[in-house]
Amino acid sequence: MSHQSIRVALFVPCYVDQFYPQVGKAALQLLEKCGCTVDYPDEQTCCGQPLANSGMEQAAKPIYHHFVETFGSYDYIVVPSASCAYHVSHHYDVIEQTEVVKKVRESIYDITAFLTDVLHIESLGARFPHKVGIHQSCHGLRGLQLARSTEQMIDPYSKWEHLLHMVSDLELVQLERPDECCGFGGTFAVAEEAVSAKMGKDRVRDHLNSGAEFITSGDMSCLMHMEGLIRRNKWPIQVKHLVEILNTDG
Amino acid sequence: MGSQKSINHAAAADKFIANESRTDWHNASVSYLRKKRDVGAALVPEWETLRSLASGIKNNVLGNLDQYLEQFEKNAQANGVQVHWAVDAESHNRIVTSILERHKVKLLVKSKSMLTEECHLNPHLEARGIEVVDTDLGERIIQMRDEGPSHIVAPAIHIKKEEVGELFHDQLQSEAGATDPQYLTEVARQHLREKFLNCDAALTGVNFAVAETGGVVVCTNEGNADMGAHMVPLQIHCMGIEKIIPRQQDLGVFLRLLARSATGQPITIYSSHHQKPKEGGEMHIVIVDNGRSKHLGRDTFRNALKCIRCGACMNSCPVYRRSGGYSYGYTVPGPIGSILTPGFNLEKYKELPFASTLCGACSAVCPTKINIDEQLYKWRQKVYEEDYLDKTKETGLSVAGNVLSSAKKYKRASALMRWALKWMPRFMTHNRFNAWAKKRELPEVPGESFRDWYRKNRK
Repeated sequence: MSHQSIRVALFVPCYVDQFYPQVGKAALQLLEKCGCTVDYPDEQTCCGQPLANSGMEQAAKPIYHHFVETFGSYDYIVVPSASCAYHVSHHYDVIEQTEVVKKVRESIYDITAFLTDVLHIESLGARFPHKVGIHQSCHGLRGLQLARSTEQMIDPYSKWEHLLHMVSDLELVQLERPDECCGFGGTFAVAEEAVSAKMGKDRVRDHLNSGAEFITSGDMSCLMHMEGLIRRNKWPIQVKHLVEILNTDG
Repeated sequence: MGSQKSINHAAAADKFIANESRTDWHNASVSYLRKKRDVGAALVPEWETLRSLASGIKNNVLGNLDQYLEQFEKNAQANGVQVHWAVDAESHNRIVTSILERHKVKLLVKSKSMLTEECHLNPHLEARGIEVVDTDLGERIIQMRDEGPSHIVAPAIHIKKEEVGELFHDQLQSEAGATDPQYLTEVARQHLREKFLNCDAALTGVNFAVAETGGVVVCTNEGNADMGAHMVPLQIHCMGIEKIIPRQQDLGVFLRLLARSATGQPITIYSSHHQKPKEGGEMHIVIVDNGRSKHLGRDTFRNALKCIRCGACMNSCPVYRRSGGYSYGYTVPGPIGSILTPGFNLEKYKELPFASTLCGACSAVCPTKINIDEQLYKWRQKVYEEDYLDKTKETGLSVAGNVLSSAKKYKRASALMRWALKWMPRFMTHNRFNAWAKKRELPEVPGESFRDWYRKNRK
């Protein structure tokens, strides 16, 4: 399928840019594999969520304006982070709603939803012969509704599972608590250090008990938090962003 | 604004979690309620429709509360009920006391009232020589321990049966070392039976007050609220102004949601309708504001008053389950408490909106669809606007904000940060001042950022 007529801007969240460049590369390559013409606007910085979640959205407004200026001319803005996509689409309501602001809020997509809902990907040619547990990030799950949460009494669906089912030899494990938060929560991770670390530990333990070799998620921030615990405790499990798995060779 | 000391949720949570096996036990006990809720709710095909109906009815109530309250008062009075209005906790306590003193009440039995906990009625009455006995088992246990509730539906959920055994042994002379729940319940039953037989008045909370009938509905599992109200001529029911529902038929929505959301039961064992005084008796209803009408005036936050006190948000909250009810420093803890309390006293409760990862489980489970996580986010903005944000945090984030609004500054700062993390000795990055690194490793620093790679390979 060719989507070359669609101009896609890749937004690489600040912490991914700095600590997980391989996730940015995988997202770029994956979008190109799917036939998109992808640009990486050099002026990009951050969506402003770290400030806003701490109560400082007034102080984040210059970041919002910078974001809109950087990404305003593209058909789609795609980001390998449900959390950033959620923030731009839901919380940029505090700046003046000009045409371009409205357009940016509507055209930003978490890469999972972009692959399933815009590109309608049905096959990938990826292979990952491992047992994998999905960490359903809360902003992806309940914020962007990428899957049904256990609270909702509706028919189950999952855009993450839909994509991972296309990966050869990958085995998804069953978790005891499929949608418990990992405890990252941005500045929560340090402000509420004890609860945050305990939540992360419980989350990783669930994946370990299920026999998973890898934890995957659409949000690297959750994985960064859990990876920090995994490495400190030398637990036999690794983390990988969803796009790293989807971008493997078949 | 009050000058009381702020609640330090993080510190209280830290202390709670220090006993990890107990934290795991607490998490499992509370999670069990949530699991039962999932099973119970799944059996109702129209569950999501019921939630929408409940939300709509409550929105209507909040939009027309003055009229419904007056309608309720008129109908209750027509039934022979004496209706009292209390503007705050103090006037509530005064009203209750004056009713009891007029009847020379020595012993009051009380059941199912978070509101009287909110108003601290017990110490008020005890100071005036009136004995109060909470008759629901969980409430009685915490009363005997001289504690407040740690959960609004299961007030003693933080206490183990072994501890109940010790407590009853000390105060009710039960067998030492007893842990059998059936035995302990029987001990409580005999103890309470004596109180019921000797009490002079009964007081209950209210789950729903029906405007069109003037009656109140009390939902319980143990029946102790009924035992009290039926034993004596004098019955008092205390309710917040938000407990109103317009019509009797609306109970068909709320009763189906309440018990399932709370414990997974299709309905509470008793849904008791109190409509008029017994022959020769008196029935009083005390309608309490205590900050609610002020909250009603806040557009962004008003719908927190849709709460029917089922506790599902607590049972679903990964933070509450690991920090315990007392870490919130208020009668109503957990997510709903964290959006109600800042409205009472922002300075005192400024930390509570931050005692959340904003995971959204609370909003998704709420039977009346309160947007709890969004309100937590909005309260955080208020904390900053009213200048209550921690200054260290604020300064750090202001610097970050300045850097992140310019690509040039961001590139320069990030290069510096990666350099520092890569080359600084470990003791400088992993120390007690770095809360991240207390139990977690920092991410490994790659050779180049994505941006650097892109510029080299793609431009």
